[in-house]
Amino acid sequence: MNINATLIGQSVAFFIFVLFCMKYVWPPVITALQERQKKIADGLDAASRAARDLELAQEKVGQQLREAKGQAAEIIEQAKKRGTQIVDEAREQARVEADRVKAQALAEIEQELNGVKDALRAQLGSLAVSGAEKILGASIDQNAHAELVSKLAAEI
Amino acid sequence: MAAAETASGYIQHHLTNLTYGQHPVNGWSFAHNAKEAQEMGFWAFHVDTLAVSVVLGLFFILLFCAAAKRATSGQPGKLQNFVEVLVEFVDGSVKDTFHGRNALIAPLGLTIFVWVFLMNFMDLIPVDWLPMLAAKISGDPHLYFRVVPTTDPNATLGLALSVFALILYYSIKVKGIGGFIGELTLHPFGSKNVFVQALLIPVNFLLEFVTLIAKPISLALRLFGNLYAGELIFILIAIMFGGGLLLGALGIALQWAWAVFHILIIVLQAFIFMMLTIVYLSMAHEDNH
Repeated sequence: MNINATLIGQSVAFFIFVLFCMKYVWPPVITALQERQKKIADGLDAASRAARDLELAQEKVGQQLREAKGQAAEIIEQAKKRGTQIVDEAREQARVEADRVKAQALAEIEQELNGVKDALRAQLGSLAVSGAEKILGASIDQNAHAELVSKLAAEI
Repeated sequence: MAAAETASGYIQHHLTNLTYGQHPVNGWSFAHNAKEAQEMGFWAFHVDTLAVSVVLGLFFILLFCAAAKRATSGQPGKLQNFVEVLVEFVDGSVKDTFHGRNALIAPLGLTIFVWVFLMNFMDLIPVDWLPMLAAKISGDPHLYFRVVPTTDPNATLGLALSVFALILYYSIKVKGIGGFIGELTLHPFGSKNVFVQALLIPVNFLLEFVTLIAKPISLALRLFGNLYAGELIFILIAIMFGGGLLLGALGIALQWAWAVFHILIIVLQAFIFMMLTIVYLSMAHEDNH
């Protein structure tokens, strides 16, 4: 239990160990610790940034989707309008064509009717003349009465 | 322990250091008993204390150097993890207490904590194992060998005086010689009157000087006292092993119980030594008087 030079030896050893610790142990370990702390902080930062980016991107996507939907609706609307327009035009054309065909047909019919009427008139004239001939029993001079007969035919 | 030894002889043997010094009669030699060791005076070395503490210190330094060399900021290995836990713990303690900038304090704290812990840890090794081993190796069955360096007041006082030297060094470095002397003499009592102040200086100096000296003394004696008492109880328990089957069984139970309790003490004392060192050095850096 004597106090002796051991304490000097102990102090010397102590200082040497402290110096060693200070030079070779502490700096690398604490540097590694701080670096890792920084890495982790950066990682967390990047993660939160990525989350924010994702949110933004999703928002953008939603907006684009909405825009696209609007455009699509517009196009459909236009197409519908155009469709109706085309149908209307076609209908109008068809009506005009039908009218034209009908008018043509009517004109033809009229023409034919007139032809038939003329023929009938002529036939009726000759029939009337021959009837009258028969009734009178005498032959009527065709040439003499031609004027009369045509006058008659015109009256019918 | 030799069967012929008495209990008091056994205890005495366990509490005597292996001393190498200059004996007035025998010259430079190992002391053969406590009386010879005492006669050697100051210039003697406790070889066991120095050897064990240096071996443990080297173990600490080499282990931590190995970890530091391979330290990476990526995924740490097991050893690095262990070292980092200690480094972070000490770094946290220093940052909580010490607000200046000093690259020495934290490594100093780490060294004290781990080294004192390792020296204290020797207390948990059954008291006869290492002395017997040392006796076998040296061939002298009666070799003195104290295993726990911190039960030697020289070791704890050596540490405490080193810390004290640092306290003085930083006090003077931060405050200057005048500031340091002023701190010792102008507080706690001060007066605007020059004569009263002159009268108060010796009183102040007495108070402050005791405060200053108490730091290393309390540091050394706290550690020494705790570990010495613990070691003594281990030795007393070890005596029971020679006292028959019943006492032996009781001794085993007691040994276990005391060892478990002692785990707390050795860590706590290492922590207190480190913490007080940090606090004292932080006080040395504060210039608020």
